[in-house]
Amino acid sequence: MGHPATVGTACQTLAQRMIKVAILSKSYGDTQVLGRVEFAVQAGETVALVGPSGIGKSTILRIVAGIDGAFEGQVERPDAAAIVFQEPTLLPWRSALDNLLLTCPGLKRDAALHALDRVGLAGKDKEFPGQLSLGQQRRLSLARAFAGRPGMLILDEPFVSLDPHMADTMMTLTEDLIAEARPATLLVTHAEAEANRLADRVLRLQGDPATLKAES
Amino acid sequence: MPDNRATPFLSILGLLTLWVVAALLTDDPQTLPTPWQLIPLFQRELASGELVHHLGATLIRVMWAFTLAMGFGVALGIVMGRSERVNRWLDPWLVIFLNLPALVLIVLCYLWIGLTEIAAILAVTFNKIPNVATVVREGARALSPDLDAMAKVYRMSWLARLRHVVLPQLAPFIAAAARGGVAVIWKIVLVVEFLGRSSGIGFQIHLYFQLFDVAMVLVYALSFIFVMLLVEWAILQPWERRVRRWRSA
Repeated sequence: MGHPATVGTACQTLAQRMIKVAILSKSYGDTQVLGRVEFAVQAGETVALVGPSGIGKSTILRIVAGIDGAFEGQVERPDAAAIVFQEPTLLPWRSALDNLLLTCPGLKRDAALHALDRVGLAGKDKEFPGQLSLGQQRRLSLARAFAGRPGMLILDEPFVSLDPHMADTMMTLTEDLIAEARPATLLVTHAEAEANRLADRVLRLQGDPATLKAES
Repeated sequence: MPDNRATPFLSILGLLTLWVVAALLTDDPQTLPTPWQLIPLFQRELASGELVHHLGATLIRVMWAFTLAMGFGVALGIVMGRSERVNRWLDPWLVIFLNLPALVLIVLCYLWIGLTEIAAILAVTFNKIPNVATVVREGARALSPDLDAMAKVYRMSWLARLRHVVLPQLAPFIAAAARGGVAVIWKIVLVVEFLGRSSGIGFQIHLYFQLFDVAMVLVYALSFIFVMLLVEWAILQPWERRVRRWRSA
């Protein structure tokens, strides 16, 4: 393995709220899945990463999020990070309020209640995720992502299994929350329409091993 | 058809009936006394303080062994379930200790450490750790990678991860190991006391075994079974309901 991934400091200047990705290569065993992939996401900017299934979008996401550290290259990212997965990925044994408080250390109860209110979950703070509808669970997942005022937000195909109406509602809510918090946002999706609607820039992965195509 | 809640009581009533019939057929209190013949003996032991003294001694050993076995067993199970390398190294040990008869460990502990309280508790603990680790290892292998990734991205501290992400997922496995653990541990504690202690239910059973006093053996054994049923109903079952309440919410 080459250079270890590095992490930004706690003091969040504008430069430090950027995501800087410089992946040289990533392999699973003997199979190289990623070639050179370099890009940056400015604070307040939303960048979409698109490409066909299986090309390595999720691998890049895991590297950028800090979940996968076994790669050659370097990633700089803000300290305060948040992620919205395809599935809500909540703690089913903790209340909606605790799901926010436990993942955002230092978050005050009032701020957490406000975050729930902001996504339309006012009065649901004591409910367990299993008592909420799937749409409400996704809202809770969004509330958790934004409650800690993240410097970096990663969206992993968060609207993939929603019906068109629900997807539109959730995208509008996400747009509003991003506009308020202005994190450096990386959206991974295979839906062009989704990318064009939410992102300021679209990056396309292609080839084997995957590299970035010229930006559009 | 009887109410389902009454079934356990009817079942126990059936066992008592069987006992009474067998005792009446035997017609020899030296071999098998009836339940009512035990009552005055029980009252006498209770009044003298002997029963409480020996029950207390056994209960303390059970609690120590249970706490140590669960603590080390859960930790070992988590590490082995999470790390394939550690599991490869320790799995053969686990298989050996799982197949080592309880009696061998008890005798070895007494021989190496002496006839002491520490030896008694360690012997029981070593007997139970492999079972707890085996059950918890299965739970650790089934931990959700998505929740793990979520906890990593949100930078949850290791303590918060353990308490709010890992242990709740392991709770059903820990509960199964705990319930099975209590049942097995107290039986091993009795053997340990039988072989090398001067207090406890096992010691008393040993004493009355030498006197061929079946009634007193039954008084002490049944008293402790009753205490362990109380532990099951008053502590383990309510705890299990509490950790599972989010499932039924």
